[in-house]
Amino acid sequence: MLDSLFIYRRFLAVSLRAQMQYKASFLMQLGGRLIITAGEFMAILVLFDRFDSLIGWNVYQVAFIYGVVNISFAVADAMTTGFDLFGDMVKTGDFDRILIRPRSTALQLAGQELTLRRISRLTPGLVALTWAAMNLDLNWTFANASLLMVSVAGGASLFAGLIVLQATLAFWTTETLEMMNTLTYGGVETTQYPINIYRPWFRNFFTFGIPLATVSYFPALAIMGTPDPLGTPLWFQYTAPAIGIAFLIGSLQVWRIGVRHYLSTGS
Amino acid sequence: MISYWAIVSARFRSLLQYRSAALAGLVTQIVWGMIRVMIFQAFYSSTNAEQPMDGSDVETYIWLGQAFLAALPWNIDTDLRSLIRSGGIGYELIRPVDLYSYWLSRALSWRTAPMLMRAIPLLIFAFVVMGMSPPVSWAAAAAFFVSMCAAILLSSAITTFLNVTMLWTITGDGVTQMTFGLVLIFSGMLVPLPLYPDWSQPIINAMPFRGLVDTPYRLYLGHIPVSEFAGVLTHQLVWILAFIVAGRIAMARALRRVVVQGG
Repeated sequence: MLDSLFIYRRFLAVSLRAQMQYKASFLMQLGGRLIITAGEFMAILVLFDRFDSLIGWNVYQVAFIYGVVNISFAVADAMTTGFDLFGDMVKTGDFDRILIRPRSTALQLAGQELTLRRISRLTPGLVALTWAAMNLDLNWTFANASLLMVSVAGGASLFAGLIVLQATLAFWTTETLEMMNTLTYGGVETTQYPINIYRPWFRNFFTFGIPLATVSYFPALAIMGTPDPLGTPLWFQYTAPAIGIAFLIGSLQVWRIGVRHYLSTGS
Repeated sequence: MISYWAIVSARFRSLLQYRSAALAGLVTQIVWGMIRVMIFQAFYSSTNAEQPMDGSDVETYIWLGQAFLAALPWNIDTDLRSLIRSGGIGYELIRPVDLYSYWLSRALSWRTAPMLMRAIPLLIFAFVVMGMSPPVSWAAAAAFFVSMCAAILLSSAITTFLNVTMLWTITGDGVTQMTFGLVLIFSGMLVPLPLYPDWSQPIINAMPFRGLVDTPYRLYLGHIPVSEFAGVLTHQLVWILAFIVAGRIAMARALRRVVVQGG
């Protein structure tokens, strides 16, 4: 286990050094990403400026949920670049090289690259969360602070699980299915607003199908001390983020089944 | 002129081959449109105050945006990038055509073909299933059509400008992402422009990006009356001209000092 962590750190250090070789390009890409993600947060501010409230939610509450979701996704997205590129690896047969190394395949792919510019999503997420926390008059008990940590960890696990599942499909389709991006990016777009504003079928899909609401909306309510308009009990809001971690563990099991079914395309 | 038309149509036909990518894009954009429509419906149901744009108009605006998404200047021509990287750009220089017009023609097809493949099925879906409204009048429909053509030309001129910057930067990714960020915010893709704060309207209206999205869509809705058509079209044309001139100057400068890669 410790040995794996050590190797993971080495992988990441190599990847970071490689990216810093092209500093100007890196900085411009970072700037571009920042404009796009900051724009999304600005859209929320613009809409609240026009409409004052979103069916009873105020701008700080929405900013808080937005922050939790975007921080989670930024962490997951930066750590799973290798899985994003996995479709190409299957197509070219490069995955064979990974298989003959004496380390777990998931670990090698996760350490493939830590794409720094993907962290740009983190900035607006952190800004939104801090700004919301300063204005919401929160009660920072130990339980609430840990719930925030757990909920970000659960969220990152859930998004990582989704990206792993998307990559796993490539074992059978030999290409990454773009359509699955609807679940990840669409999931971020959906759950950065309180889930109760959507139609029931849609809201249920993101609660029971792809349980993104369990790592953002429900724990955020508990931290903010807001009663749920959907009527879930407090104990559920505290335990819900565990579902995200369970989802990642499940996804890694499916990944293992995929690896066992892998037939190389290489010659 | 005939040779440029041949470039447009050949490139157009080759781009029509990417059908599975178009299908994936279609599904994604339908889901995306539904999410955005629900968010705006929730905001509109929270207020009784008069808004600068009706809720139903916003829905149509969102569906138009999803339908014509691929027409925005959101990426650079990867074929040109590999030419620049490999040194194949040398062949481009000896072609008996004006290089800028050649690249602009390529960009025109690059912005039109993928967009058409997605727009037609998406608009049918939005009309039949989502209750999107048709143009307010025949005159509005005609104004929308002309303005949409101008929007595609504007997008192609911006794309060509981005392609030209690759002659300096080789990758072009950074400039493209920064430009696309500005496009998203100031074209109306993220939030329909009339909903931005009143003080910001004159600034947003002066910028080129509304010509990509907001101008044609509001003509469609009748939110910009047909009587103002000449004015908004002029705004689009002035910016098209500006990007073409800037692109030509930048290209001329780059070619004076171009270093052909590879041996």
